[in-house]
Amino acid sequence: MTYIVKPKFHHPSLPVNELGFTHRDYEGSISTLCAGCGHDSISAAIIQACFELNLPPHRVAKLSGIGCSSKTPTYFLGSSHGFNSVHGRMPSVLTGANLANRDLIYLGVSGDGDTASIGLGQFAHAIRRGVNMVYIVENNGVYGLTKGQFSATADRGSKSKRGVVNNDNSIDLIAMALQLGATFVARSFSGDKAQLVPLIKAAVEHRGAAFIDCISPCVAFNNHPGSTKSFDYVREHNEVVNRLDFMPPRAPIHVDYKPGELEIVEQHDGSKLALRKLHTDYDPHDKLGAMTYLQERAHAGEIVTGLLYVEREADDLHHHLDTVERPLNELGEKELCPGAGTLAKINASLR
Amino acid sequence: MPIERVNDFVVRFANVNGSGSASANQLFARAVLRMGVPVAPRNIFPSNIQGLPTWYEVRITEAGHLGARGGVDLMVAMNPQTWDKDVASIEPGGYLFYDSTKPLQASKFRTDVTVVGMPLTAICNREYTDPRQRQLFKNIMYVGALTALLDMDVDAVEKLIGEEFKGKDKLIAPNVKALHIGRDYALKNLTCPLGLRVKRADAVGDRIYIEGNSAAALGAVYGGATVCAWYPITPSSSLAEAFTRHCARYRVDPETGKNRYAIIQAEDELASLGIVVGAAWNGARAFTATSGPGISLMQEFLGLAYFAEIPAVLFDVQRGGPSTGMPTRTQQSDIVLAAYASHGDTKHVLLFPEDPAEAFEFGATAFDLADRLQTPIFVMLDLDIGMNHRLCRPLAWDEKRVYDRGKVMTAAELDSGKDFGRYLDVDGDGIPYRTYPGTHPTRGSFFTRGSTRDRYARYTEEGGPYVDNMQRLLRKFETAKGLVPRPLRRDADKPTRYGVIYYGSTSPAMDEAIVELAERGHRLDMLRVRGFPFHQDVSDFIVDHDFVFVVEQNRDAQLRTLLVNEQNLDPVRLVPVLHYDGTPITARFIARAIAEHLDALKITPLRKVVS
Repeated sequence: MTYIVKPKFHHPSLPVNELGFTHRDYEGSISTLCAGCGHDSISAAIIQACFELNLPPHRVAKLSGIGCSSKTPTYFLGSSHGFNSVHGRMPSVLTGANLANRDLIYLGVSGDGDTASIGLGQFAHAIRRGVNMVYIVENNGVYGLTKGQFSATADRGSKSKRGVVNNDNSIDLIAMALQLGATFVARSFSGDKAQLVPLIKAAVEHRGAAFIDCISPCVAFNNHPGSTKSFDYVREHNEVVNRLDFMPPRAPIHVDYKPGELEIVEQHDGSKLALRKLHTDYDPHDKLGAMTYLQERAHAGEIVTGLLYVEREADDLHHHLDTVERPLNELGEKELCPGAGTLAKINASLR
Repeated sequence: MPIERVNDFVVRFANVNGSGSASANQLFARAVLRMGVPVAPRNIFPSNIQGLPTWYEVRITEAGHLGARGGVDLMVAMNPQTWDKDVASIEPGGYLFYDSTKPLQASKFRTDVTVVGMPLTAICNREYTDPRQRQLFKNIMYVGALTALLDMDVDAVEKLIGEEFKGKDKLIAPNVKALHIGRDYALKNLTCPLGLRVKRADAVGDRIYIEGNSAAALGAVYGGATVCAWYPITPSSSLAEAFTRHCARYRVDPETGKNRYAIIQAEDELASLGIVVGAAWNGARAFTATSGPGISLMQEFLGLAYFAEIPAVLFDVQRGGPSTGMPTRTQQSDIVLAAYASHGDTKHVLLFPEDPAEAFEFGATAFDLADRLQTPIFVMLDLDIGMNHRLCRPLAWDEKRVYDRGKVMTAAELDSGKDFGRYLDVDGDGIPYRTYPGTHPTRGSFFTRGSTRDRYARYTEEGGPYVDNMQRLLRKFETAKGLVPRPLRRDADKPTRYGVIYYGSTSPAMDEAIVELAERGHRLDMLRVRGFPFHQDVSDFIVDHDFVFVVEQNRDAQLRTLLVNEQNLDPVRLVPVLHYDGTPITARFIARAIAEHLDALKITPLRKVVS
């Protein structure tokens, strides 16, 4: 726990984005996580993504559950409303928030304990409803705040810091997200900011349930030999299927790749994803193919990262519910109350 | 001697669940109502879709006693499974109507009741070939027979059939035909009318006939709820379903055809309340409908909503507990659970509607209270109010009424330099200001959490700010006392040392019991509690009397527990009167229990013993 208050001043020549904000305007208070924690790199990637997207910080709502990962919303986007809810229940709170005001950007931050154990049900149902959100799991395979117990994403056969071998099968959140109908599914690594930042940007612009499983090593409890979530292990076994460049609407596209190596995916808002294919036969629009490929590579002990699946014509929960365009939290008596005249008619029909 | 009564008796239909009897039975009740005679119908149904016994009881009561009475004057025994019990439950001198197609031994009957047999199955088999038709029209046929036996207005029934099948006009004629087959058989072959008769009257007035769950859902529509998240559970499911129906009718934007509401059938009760909390945090009016087991599951979120101060409305349609308990029976047994829900020091605001009219009123008001107090509000219904049609005063809405959105700081106020501290008590009422997410680019944002924080919502683990915050929450609870619906007091015609406190669905039985007690020479002042925390009037009422009976529908005297706990009152003066077998409390039960106590007091003045 640190008590240092982060100073507000910054260098006058710090670059500003289109809104006149500097990178510092997207920061939060100083992190209280362990030095070197993967989660801090993810926070930094979120900050960079929001800065580069020119998002007004107050138009983002950041929600989390409980755990190390769920603490991180305090460390980015200090001008946004944040909600550190209860363990494993961020998805329902986010769903409700999203229903109340469809105009904000919802960033759900969770961990592997929060999502794959106590919150597995809520994760599944928020994904299957197609809530328009970015759902990031900061996945380290271990319970950090309670000091080193295995989580449900710990691989079978991996070893804890105390030398205990995990005999339980692991939960593959990517496989679940695909099966449950997430329309944007990616896996990344906290140690690869160049990959992670464009993925976050694309997920923010995606309308629908966007899920990012981000392997984020725990330096205190899960970064030793025998762990499959350590920096070294992930670097050695990382199989990157594609690299993503995110381009805002109307940005010119420079194509300097051979045919088949680059694909431009247009999102609903006109923004484009330029996918540099590292595996030319990997098609991120082929859900069944992706599922099979991911299972095969996982079996071979590899960690596939990149944009794994994106649906071209995605829609979201508000679309399914056919709600009005105006946020529900802006409606008043005029729009909501049927009035005394209608009530008189209702009364008459009940006699 | 056979009972002779006009407009004051109880008919009970014993049926098999899933046999289509419900609509025929309701038709009967409505027909009585259309004759200007109040009815109080009650479903006594199993946790089952098909095959188990189900009963429908109609109390016909020109005097307007809407509570359950107890006992049966006319049994329409259509279920062989429950024959013995059904026959045994008839009052001496009562009547038994049954299907006489299959002869029964004499030992199956009672000699002190009038037996009316009609070969319903035989008639149906003669008239219809389709098995489903035989089943459904048998039900209408016994209603037809009853119109003759009880000397009812058959036109009223015919008119109702016409209204019921409006739009499915093909069904009208066959139903009317079946009605007349039954009626004609009875007129020709049975002694009509019986000693029990329905006589046209003018005792209904402008009252409406509605289920509490439907009225509460309408209250949510009028109260401005836009988000509903729920998980199916008896007896509350019909509340969320009614909200869905009402919204489809009254909440669609006429220009775009799009919905001004969002309803989610969640994966469980935890998620239901999570969605409500998220929506309310973000400035929408949101609610869930559930029952005791659901409230048990919602404990964690209730603690969060209490501590993080998020408005939420919960309709708790209570049933028999604990555990799965009696899912299709009524109780008032979630009072303590709701009042102190969640771990740590928590207290919640409860409202106790007595009938559908108050379910509507409190259902709407709950949203104002939730926003004003920034805390969960429980509307404590029960199965008896929620799932039965009840005659009540017309629903009322003041056209000038505006929603009280509570203390919400706007962008303009933030710009003007107003000090914003999410947990800062600026007005001394314990209620701080909040901001909706997305209000202002640089001001007014804060972090909501269930862990301790200071007045400006900054995380802290210091004892001082924690205690400061907990004390403010108590001040807020004090403020709530003046905002929840006040208790209603009704004094006896002469001063008395005895009082009675009651709440919720006990109301009609209590009203009737007080008359019975007066006839036996017992005078009591009455106080109907309508909200928790208790208003000062509640303490005053108890102090004004030597003994106060607290009538409840649970085993552990839960409201009495709250009275003792929260008002620091002497428990000896609060005498529990408890009914908790799952059936609705009756005037007979209350009057007997209170009279026994009072008679005992007459013999040995308890006051002297105590002092």
